[in-house]
Amino acid sequence: MLSAMMSINEVQEDIVASFAELEDWMDKYQLLIDMGNDLKPLDEQYKKPQYLIEGCQSRVWLYARYEKESGLVFYEAESDTVIVKGLVCLLLKVLSGRTPDEILNADLFFVERIGLKEHLSPTRSNGLLSMIKQIRSYARVFKMQA
Amino acid sequence: MMDINKIREDFPILSEIIYDRPLVYLDNAATTQKPWPVIRCLEEGYRRHNANVHRGVHFLSMAATEAHEAARARVRDFLGAASAEEIVFTRGTTEAVNLVAFSFGETYCREGDEMVVSVMEHHSDIVPWQMLCERRKMRLRVIPMNDRGELLLDEYEKLLGPRTRLVAVAHVSNVLGTVNPVGEMIATAHRHGIPVFIDGAQAVPHMKVDVQALDADFYAFSAHKIYGPTGLGVLYGKKRWLEEMQPYQGGGEMIDQVHFEKTTYNVLPYKFEAGTPDFIGTTALAAALDYVESLGMDRIARYESQLLQYTEERLSALPGLKIYGQAAHKSAVVSFRLGDIHPYDTGLLLDKLGVAVRTGHHCAQPLMERLGIDSCVRASFSFYNTREETDSLCAALERIRKMF
Repeated sequence: MLSAMMSINEVQEDIVASFAELEDWMDKYQLLIDMGNDLKPLDEQYKKPQYLIEGCQSRVWLYARYEKESGLVFYEAESDTVIVKGLVCLLLKVLSGRTPDEILNADLFFVERIGLKEHLSPTRSNGLLSMIKQIRSYARVFKMQA
Repeated sequence: MMDINKIREDFPILSEIIYDRPLVYLDNAATTQKPWPVIRCLEEGYRRHNANVHRGVHFLSMAATEAHEAARARVRDFLGAASAEEIVFTRGTTEAVNLVAFSFGETYCREGDEMVVSVMEHHSDIVPWQMLCERRKMRLRVIPMNDRGELLLDEYEKLLGPRTRLVAVAHVSNVLGTVNPVGEMIATAHRHGIPVFIDGAQAVPHMKVDVQALDADFYAFSAHKIYGPTGLGVLYGKKRWLEEMQPYQGGGEMIDQVHFEKTTYNVLPYKFEAGTPDFIGTTALAAALDYVESLGMDRIARYESQLLQYTEERLSALPGLKIYGQAAHKSAVVSFRLGDIHPYDTGLLLDKLGVAVRTGHHCAQPLMERLGIDSCVRASFSFYNTREETDSLCAALERIRKMF
């Protein structure tokens, strides 16, 4: 994957650029839906309560694994709503396959820049904000194991 | 006939533009928009009549007290209650339920007693009763419904027994729109000597309600759902119950004499109104009631029922759309799912197309469980909604369907 060679910020700039071309809200959401539909389904063994992040309106499952040799953290995730799946897909592009330090220090500016900040508001309660917290706490744990 | 365009001019928010599109507001079961008379009343209240009620000797305080008590009389008249003493102002329907759950519970409920609610209740008409049941070690029993969303009255009567202390049921379901036959249900409970609490939050904005004709023991509603201000509600209670019931909260206003040895409580309804009431809000509620009654509750009901019929016909024609709630007697609420599309996605995209609906479990998780879903989309209507808005909803849904 190309993004593996790019820095976190380069991937974010890339995402911002692809959304910037789309003026209408519905086109932006169409892109998210397409990404959501293309997201690799999470292995059934990880769709269990211990991987579940419960939102008020939608649910996200998140699985993380640490690769000792490379020192990278890999995430896999899925949601029951396609739009949240699209957002999950973007987050994984930015944060999966990074070192714990990169993940912990990342400034996730892309969400706001593509006009989707509302999805991270605590009132939205779609599980996404909790997912980011969970991504970070995995990174923190793996950092201690490193 | 109602002149809807003229009525819409009374609601300034309805001409708002959302994401470059005219607002289509179909979330009226969550809260209703406010007409000018209500907005002006709130403004005038703070600008010209603001002074604390029931204690001042000065002009403004007396004027504010008079307006506040006139609002109570207005509510009494609106609900057809026997006296204004039976009208308690609360923060909303939820607080009214909590008040009865506490005060009625403290006074009348004992270990081993039972309480009956329906499967289609809002969480606010479940959780306070559950808390009472935990406190008193009581059993909570549930009236089931059929697949159309109608309560099973035979099963209901079987639940009533010598240990049943109270029945609590919604007049109108906030998800299914079912208008429950509460008059009949109250009569049934009374045959067993059991009083009934009616959650009227979804009913009073849409139909004429007469608490004496229903013979309800308690009836509650929220001001903000009937075009009035938010943070205010009404509990009607028959005097015989309210007089015997213990107070809910302690504080100013609710007392007669306070001594460290013994405190005595104020008369009805003040016994249940601790602290400074929202006396500006109550006058604005009175203005809201004037407004809806000037349109006519029967005309509102007729118009909304025609709009519901049109909306259900149009929605049913959309491929893959499934409506939840097909009761014979329904209020203008349509809950649905669009094929396999998650309600969260549907609601989010409807929003971007300028259509405001609610999605989720609608604070009725036990009902969702009964329906076998975890969430749905709800479009809820008011007399200011139009067929054109239903058309906008349908066009938006058509467009959304093609996006997945």
